[in-house]
Amino acid sequence: MSEFKQTFNSSLGKKLIMALTGLFLCTFLIVHLGGNLLLFKDDQGFAFNSYANFLTHFPPIEVIAYLLYLSIIVHAVYALVLTIKNRRARPVGYAVQPKSDASWSSKNMGLLGSILLLFIVIHMGDFWFTYKYNNILGFKEYRTNLATNETTVSDYTPQVADFERSISTENNVEIVRVKDLHARIQSSFSHLWYVAFYVIAMGAVSFHLLHGFQSAFRTLGWVHKKYTPIVYFFGTWLFAVIIPIGFALMPIIYYLKSL
Amino acid sequence: MSGHMNLTLKVWRQKNTQTPGKFVTYKAENISPDMSFLEMLDVVNESLTRKNEEPIYFDHDCREGICGSCSLYINGHPHGPKKAITTCQLHMRTFNDGETITIEPWRSAAFPIVKDLATDRSAFDRIQQAGGYVSVNTGGVPDANIIPIPKVIADEAFNSATCIGCGACVAACKNASAMLFTSAKITQLGLLPQGQTERYSRVQAMVAQMDEEGFGNCTNTGACEAECPKEISLNNIAFMNNDFFSAKLFREEHAHDHAGGE
Repeated sequence: MSEFKQTFNSSLGKKLIMALTGLFLCTFLIVHLGGNLLLFKDDQGFAFNSYANFLTHFPPIEVIAYLLYLSIIVHAVYALVLTIKNRRARPVGYAVQPKSDASWSSKNMGLLGSILLLFIVIHMGDFWFTYKYNNILGFKEYRTNLATNETTVSDYTPQVADFERSISTENNVEIVRVKDLHARIQSSFSHLWYVAFYVIAMGAVSFHLLHGFQSAFRTLGWVHKKYTPIVYFFGTWLFAVIIPIGFALMPIIYYLKSL
Repeated sequence: MSGHMNLTLKVWRQKNTQTPGKFVTYKAENISPDMSFLEMLDVVNESLTRKNEEPIYFDHDCREGICGSCSLYINGHPHGPKKAITTCQLHMRTFNDGETITIEPWRSAAFPIVKDLATDRSAFDRIQQAGGYVSVNTGGVPDANIIPIPKVIADEAFNSATCIGCGACVAACKNASAMLFTSAKITQLGLLPQGQTERYSRVQAMVAQMDEEGFGNCTNTGACEAECPKEISLNNIAFMNNDFFSAKLFREEHAHDHAGGE
C-alpha cells in the first residue's frame, strides 16, 4: 500500500490525479450537453423535466454523480496543493515578467479553474440542490393522448406532502407528473446578469479545456506523432468550441424567449 | 569607434546566499555590437575593478554554447531574447543603442544564489547521479555499431542528449519545474538499447531526486521548450511520465534495485 501512496504523493502522481479527474469531468460535459439539448425542444419542458426526473431516480446515475462531485473536489484540492508547491519552488520572483512563448490559457489555469469552481457552486446550488433538497419547485402534469400523440400541460398540486413523481395511463392517456425544473430555468435565465455570468463561465470552460484536455494527455504520457494531432483537434474543436457554445446558447436563447 | 553602443544595465547584486540582494544600475559604454553578452559584462567588470568596486559575479566557461555554465535571465528571457542560443552566444547587436537591460539570476528555490547572478545548480548533478547513467561492467571492448539502433531512435536520443543542463527550463517555467531537464536525461538513455537494463529503476530514482530538490510541478505550458537553448522538446516530459507510470503501476523494479538497495 505504501508503494501506491509514494506513487501518488510524487510530483508525477499528483499530476496523474489532476489528469484523470480532469478527463473524467470532460467526458461528463459531453453527457451533460447531450441531455440538456432537450431544453431546445419546444414542448413546455416535457422532455427536459422527464429527463431530470430520470437522472435523479436512476441509481447507477446517482453513483456516477457522486463520483463526479468527488472528482471536482479532488481536482480543485490537488490544483491548490500543486499551486502552493509551485509557489514555494520560486520564493523570489522576477522583476521583469517572463516573456516566454506559452499560451494565455496555459498560464492562467488556476484563475480559469477558480471561476469554474465558483460557477459550479452557484450552478449546483440553483438547480441541483433546489431540485433535490429544496421544496420550492412546483409540479407539472403532462397528459399525452396515446392515440393522437398530443400532449397538454397543466400545473399540478400534489395531494401528499412527499410526492415526487408519478406515471400512469388512464383511458389511453398517459399522465406524467414531475417536478418542474424547466420553470426554474425559465425564471433564472430571464435575468440578464445571470445569463452574463453563465456566458462568462462558459468562456472559462473553453480556455480551461483548450489547454487542459491536451495537457492531460501529455501528463499521462500519451504523446504520439500520429495520435496527438487528433487529441489537439478534439481538445480545440469539441471541448473549447462546440461544448462551451452549446452550453452558452441555453441561457442566451431562454433570455431572448423571456423578452 | 562609430556604431558602438551605450547601454544601461539593471543588475541583481547579492553578496551571498543569506544576504538579501537588490538591483544596481550600471552604464555599459562604448560596447561593440559584435561582442557577446558575456564580453560586454567583462568590459563592465573591468571598469568596476578599476574603480575598486566588486565586479559582477556570473557563471561562464566554454563561451561557445556547449558547457551549460552560463545563465542570466535577460529582459524576461533565460539566455536573452533570441531562440536556441546560450547567453555566451548572444551578440550585443540584438539590443538597441541606449536600451536598458535587466539582468537577473535564475529564480528557483532549488537553485540558491551563490553571489550576484550565479546560482548553485548542483541539484541537477544530484538528479543525474540518482540514475542518469548506464552501468557498464568491465570486459572486452565491444565492436562499434554491434548493437543495431534504428535511425529515428538514434536521432531522438541524440536530440534529448543535446541538453547541456544549464537550467534555463527551470528559469523559464512559471512553476520552476525541472521536468524538461530530468526528462531529457531519462529519454536519452531510455530510448537506447544500452539504457534498457536500468530504464524503469532510473526513472523512479531520478524523479524521486527531482522531487526532493524542491522543484515545481509541470503544467505543460511549454515555456521551457520555447526558451531551451538546445530546443529540447516538451515530448520528453511525456516520455518520462509514461515510463514513470509504467514503472510505478505495472512493474516490480524499485528505484534503487540496480544499486543493491531496498
